Amino acid sequence: MSDKLNLVLNVWRQKGPKDAGRFVRYEVKDISTHMSFLEMLDVLNERLLAQGEEPIAFDHDCREGICGACGVVIDGSPHGPSKRTTTCQLHMRSFRSGQELTVEPWRAAAFPVLRDLVVDRSALDRIIQAGGYVGVRSGSPRDANSIPVRKEDADLAMDAAACIGCGACVAACPNASASLFTAAKISHLALLPQGQPERRERAIAMVARMDGEGFGHCTNHGECESSCPKGISVDNIARMNREFLAAAAASRRPLGAEAKDDDGGA
Amino acid sequence: MTVLDARAPSGPIDARWDRRRFEMKLVNPANRRKFSIIVVGSGLAGGAAAATLGELGYDVRCFCYQDSPRRAHSIAAQGGINAAKNYQNDGDSVYRLFHDTVKGGDFRARESNVYRLAQLSVNIIDQCVAQGVPFAREYGGLLANRSFGGAQVSRTFYARGQTGQQLLLGAYQALERQVAAGTVKMYPRHEMMDVVVVGGRARGIVTRDLVTGAIEAHVADVVVLATGGYGNVFFLSTNAKGCNTTAIWRAHRRGALFANPCFTQIHPTCIPVAGDYQSKLTLMSESLRNDGRVWVPRGAEDCGADPAKIPEDRRDYYLERIYPSFGNLVPRDIASRRAKEMCDQGRGVGPEVAGVRRGVYLDFRDAIQRLGRQTVAERYGNLFEMYERITGEDPFDVPMRIYPATHYTMGGLWVNYDLESTIPGLFVGGEANFSDHGANRLGASALMQGLADGYFVLPATLGHYLGATKLEKLTAEHAEVRGAVEEVRARVDKLLSIGGKRSPDSFHRELGALIWDNCGMSRNAANLERALRRIPELRAEFWENLAVVGSGSELNQVLEKASRVADFMELGELMCRDALSRDESCGCHYREEHVTPEGEAKRDDAGFQHVAAWEWRGPDAEPVRHQEALEFELVKPVQRSYV
Amino acid sequence: MAQPTGFLSTTVGQKALMALSGLALVGFVIAHMLGNLQVFLGPEALNAYARSLRAVPALLWAARAVLLLSVVAHVSTAIRLVQRAAAARPQGYRQAHHAATTYAARTMKISGPLLALFIAYHLAHLTFPGVAMGGYIHSPTDVYANVVAGFSIPWVAGIYVVAQVLLALHLYHGIWSMLQSLGASHPRIVQPRRALAQGLALLVLAGNLSIPIGVQLGVVR
Repeated sequence: MSDKLNLVLNVWRQKGPKDAGRFVRYEVKDISTHMSFLEMLDVLNERLLAQGEEPIAFDHDCREGICGACGVVIDGSPHGPSKRTTTCQLHMRSFRSGQELTVEPWRAAAFPVLRDLVVDRSALDRIIQAGGYVGVRSGSPRDANSIPVRKEDADLAMDAAACIGCGACVAACPNASASLFTAAKISHLALLPQGQPERRERAIAMVARMDGEGFGHCTNHGECESSCPKGISVDNIARMNREFLAAAAASRRPLGAEAKDDDGGA
Repeated sequence: MTVLDARAPSGPIDARWDRRRFEMKLVNPANRRKFSIIVVGSGLAGGAAAATLGELGYDVRCFCYQDSPRRAHSIAAQGGINAAKNYQNDGDSVYRLFHDTVKGGDFRARESNVYRLAQLSVNIIDQCVAQGVPFAREYGGLLANRSFGGAQVSRTFYARGQTGQQLLLGAYQALERQVAAGTVKMYPRHEMMDVVVVGGRARGIVTRDLVTGAIEAHVADVVVLATGGYGNVFFLSTNAKGCNTTAIWRAHRRGALFANPCFTQIHPTCIPVAGDYQSKLTLMSESLRNDGRVWVPRGAEDCGADPAKIPEDRRDYYLERIYPSFGNLVPRDIASRRAKEMCDQGRGVGPEVAGVRRGVYLDFRDAIQRLGRQTVAERYGNLFEMYERITGEDPFDVPMRIYPATHYTMGGLWVNYDLESTIPGLFVGGEANFSDHGANRLGASALMQGLADGYFVLPATLGHYLGATKLEKLTAEHAEVRGAVEEVRARVDKLLSIGGKRSPDSFHRELGALIWDNCGMSRNAANLERALRRIPELRAEFWENLAVVGSGSELNQVLEKASRVADFMELGELMCRDALSRDESCGCHYREEHVTPEGEAKRDDAGFQHVAAWEWRGPDAEPVRHQEALEFELVKPVQRSYV
Repeated sequence: MAQPTGFLSTTVGQKALMALSGLALVGFVIAHMLGNLQVFLGPEALNAYARSLRAVPALLWAARAVLLLSVVAHVSTAIRLVQRAAAARPQGYRQAHHAATTYAARTMKISGPLLALFIAYHLAHLTFPGVAMGGYIHSPTDVYANVVAGFSIPWVAGIYVVAQVLLALHLYHGIWSMLQSLGASHPRIVQPRRALAQGLALLVLAGNLSIPIGVQLGVVR
């Protein structure tokens, strides 16, 4: 098998958030199969720059699958065809020479396109702001081993906490739902003793924020789990639903009056 | 040359931090919101500092170039975090962690700082567990530990292979909590372009909004830089692509001394370069060396052969041969240097890149035979998967290929005991400062230092600075502030207007190769002098032949790169200068002229038991080398030996 | 988008409402099927069953009220959610790709409205006299005769067959989704959950199909 391939890319180009976008066709030749998908884009971008054209903007940083910055939709699949792989770790050996690929940004109303393949995912930060934390002040904790945690719970919490916040779940979901992202954080903290005091308020506030950001609802297709580079399970979504329903049932205040009396320690 | 004073407290070492804290001025809780603090960087040090300062009630603004503070490169640390908890009852203590760290740094770190780091390590674990960081646990529900990087005690806490990620998410969540509370305002996708110094004090920064291109000044009472290391000067490193030196380099140009720039750590177990398109290197946990055996063919003629067909007597297990007692577990710098040596001898394996095979085998064949495939899969399965994803080869069938890569920089801005740089009001935390690691950092210590600085040291020392300093009101209209903004604008315009032919990446690659070859794992005066002649030429070409398209008033990733490469060009030169003037070997700094008979780094304590801190004198002027003498009251310097 | 202010304005609350109203409807579908299967016991059995349903009008209307409410809640919430999803992704992908979803899941928003149309037709056909389509003489008392007469016409039987396939698809995804929406995800029920959804859907499909097909084949006459 040759370790070079030629491809045709149809890449979404959009100058700015308010500009109309369109697909532009690029031919790339002699691409090594050992390259990552982003390195292939680097090569294309170097060529564009040499021709005086503007290179394709895309988000990326660690290029080792952990920071969650990268992510493009390749032929309809967020992060491309390989399972449990971020775009930066997707290698060109996953493609055949002569293939024509469509490369698009994450598409969701809550993720406006900033330029080309770069989207604004700050909505995910705002979901965390709503309650994705344990309200503990620096310097005040007790000894770490005074909080025993069942190993099974710790492992399940770690499974959920592995989320890298890339947004592929939103991109993959037919409804552009952020349920998997939100559920992963609610699950991580609900499974641990440290997360208990704020458990109810957290579930309600994070779900409300998720909805307020304009994400869609979950219709249980499972596309999110399938495209998640960390394999976060949709069981977490069931857990989020359970947490939310239990919290709403137990809440002494009407929903919406659930504003947190958090002074942030100030 | 002046001799720098770290202003560390004296007295019994275990009481110094307490004493310092007691001497500090405090800020009344009701007054704290009147003080504004800028934190640049949102990794372990910056994120933790911003969150903690917000909790305390200060008016905090935090800046990062990433789209979210959760993506700072602290996230990529795999192995773990050290803490002197002694949960395993195996003889660990604060003193032992301190001792190991000073020794590991080859006696080029400040004892007072290292002791404080070891003391705070204990609080860090408490803090992180309270935040819900899902550390690995035993069946009894208590925290699990492992031994890491050759330590004789099990003091490393970990969360699968994602410890950095989980610690960062803990800090990030604390930070977002403060954002929600209104005490911290977050500025993602902002690049810091300069420090604003007014009346000799750091009073703000100039940033470029990476989405709109807007160049703005932000004024404050105090500025914290926690912007990480400069390993990307090598172009190829295990750092994230965006990691850069701009923040600390701009501060350096404004008067902050840069300490020990040549102390850069090379990690031995990275996936080798596969081709000239390579954009970054991926590190794999050092733990692989516990069971994998490192070898190269005895003769160059076998280097292209199928490794399975190379018989035992034609393999050279060189680490086991040279270091019979430590074997494959020799320290990082030794393992790295020996791998380079083998490849320089023409005995490297893997694809030829630029005419040389740069890789050595890390073979699990014997481990699979001895332990069984399943045990090996349990121990290293995720690493094997990662390797296969990147290389397309299954380590169960074909030996892994590894090669060293840069992954941490011990050098950075010089800071005193309070983490304040030589610009008053400019504090530096985490990898960005010259840190507590001396000439070599031990495994699982970077996370510890970042969090110690962020959660505990900076919040205390900043409070003291604010409480003890009389600061004038300042607005963005001040002439010095506007001047700084204009300088940044002019620089951006200059980068955009060169209209040359070469991309920022092509300059960066050339610079990186130059530094790697001459100021990498192994250094000598002739090579360093050659690099010192070549870098200014390359820099001159950069400013004449750089190609940047697009405008400054939009998201322009080429412009971002160009601006960062421009600063790497200057930093690279300082690294070589520092390496040349440090005429000894120590830790990671291996000068071929200074070697023990066994081939190890040979220190010159009489001449170089000091921190070198460089002062910027202008783009074409020679920088001035200052010194901070190091005293070792408790840990007596000895020569390292692993033979 | 404004932050929701009440339980039923959150998507999770709305999905719970979909699940609970769906549960009522699933219960009805199963009971309805079991009752109708008495057609195989002969005219007396079925007609007696039909009379018993009407024996206590208050009960009948209470049941109808619950059903009606469930249908209204199910349909109106579905419309809200579908609109929400459309707003959440104003621009779709040029090239769609499905990796995990099922045909049943993807067609929920088609099978749902078609089933609503079918229910209207079904009520007109067999419940409310006078509007019966398919030209048979509706008897208010002889339900058995209505069934036989109604299903004797091939195209009417055909509509029922198609509708039952749609119903089975809708139930398959709906039952699984209902458990997920209500948070039933204990490891012990994750596997049985799929099987339950499949089993119930197939059972309803087989039971309901047996009647029009039985009439067409002359087993029921």
